[in-house]
Amino acid sequence: MSPDTIKPQFREFLGKVIRNHDLKDDDDIFAQGFVNSLFAMQLVMFTENTFALAVEDEDLTLDNFRTINAMTALVLRKKA
Amino acid sequence: MSIKQVGVVGAGVMGTGLAQSLAQARFDVILLDISDDILSRARGEIRKNLRLAKMLDPQAMPESVDSVLSRITCTTEAGGFGAVDFVIENVVEKWAVKEQVYHEIDPICPPHAVFAANTSAISITRIASATGRPSQVLGMHFMNPVPMKPMVEVIRGYHTSEQTLHTARELLTTMGKSCVVVQDMPGFVSNRVLMLTINEAVFLLQDQVASAEDVDTIFRSCFGHKMGPLETADLIGLDTILYSIEVLYESYNDSKYRPCPLLKKMVDAGLHGRKNGRGFYTYE
Repeated sequence: MSPDTIKPQFREFLGKVIRNHDLKDDDDIFAQGFVNSLFAMQLVMFTENTFALAVEDEDLTLDNFRTINAMTALVLRKKA
Repeated sequence: MSIKQVGVVGAGVMGTGLAQSLAQARFDVILLDISDDILSRARGEIRKNLRLAKMLDPQAMPESVDSVLSRITCTTEAGGFGAVDFVIENVVEKWAVKEQVYHEIDPICPPHAVFAANTSAISITRIASATGRPSQVLGMHFMNPVPMKPMVEVIRGYHTSEQTLHTARELLTTMGKSCVVVQDMPGFVSNRVLMLTINEAVFLLQDQVASAEDVDTIFRSCFGHKMGPLETADLIGLDTILYSIEVLYESYNDSKYRPCPLLKKMVDAGLHGRKNGRGFYTYE
């Protein structure tokens, strides 16, 4: 699994919610107001279901889900 | 009295939020409902909310998600209430259902246990009459979502003792919540006004005076309310709103509480608000 296969999946998922914006890999989706923080849990569940991994207590920080890059790094870390 | 174990009856929206808040406050919780499906959905919802709390407010959630969850025992048997110190009942706003619940748990719970009805309109004095411990029955009207709302409307029934109020205050303090104590009349303070407001807002919609969005905007922007009456109705659940306004209508026999036909129609059509995705608004 590589960043090139992971990133498009996050981009597609986020694209359903964030319309009319070409999301960059390092756009902070919370700080830029694209989604509110309650959306974080949907990202956690999407990550777990799509990549068949468990997001554990210590991974449950907003920082892991702010950007496509951060989410990709989390997946790579959990899959390593 | 020191409270260790709390029984929660009903694993709907309120019971689920309560079980979570109580477990976070380190009480052992017995969550009772009629079906394993409802209980397993509740457990999933609690886990999801605890994880969200861990993300958004880690200081308020110092423990691991699993250790908080481990304090919640789900059961479909009232027999599990044999050692509870405090019970919070959250079943549907229908007298026949509530009466049945109290008849069932009263002989099982220890004599010292306090019963709190988390009702939105039904008389606490009437609920107390369904038990053999009327001085140990009070109303505790929690707000939704329970883990986020710091204030509780506490209702003193005709026979509710000072000791019972004291025990309830202790429980709330441990949960990090405060209360306002009011006397017992159907609807208390909050819902006698709120249910009428919501019902009248539904009439506005029915009479095509304004759209749901416009009604809510007026309350938010002109009055500074955080939410308008119709979005509040969606949050509470339209079925619960209808049951509550029907209770007020029956209790006061006053036509000002007659339920709006559009509200009845929406409930019959299965539009119950946020909890099933459709009410005055649509939710994903």
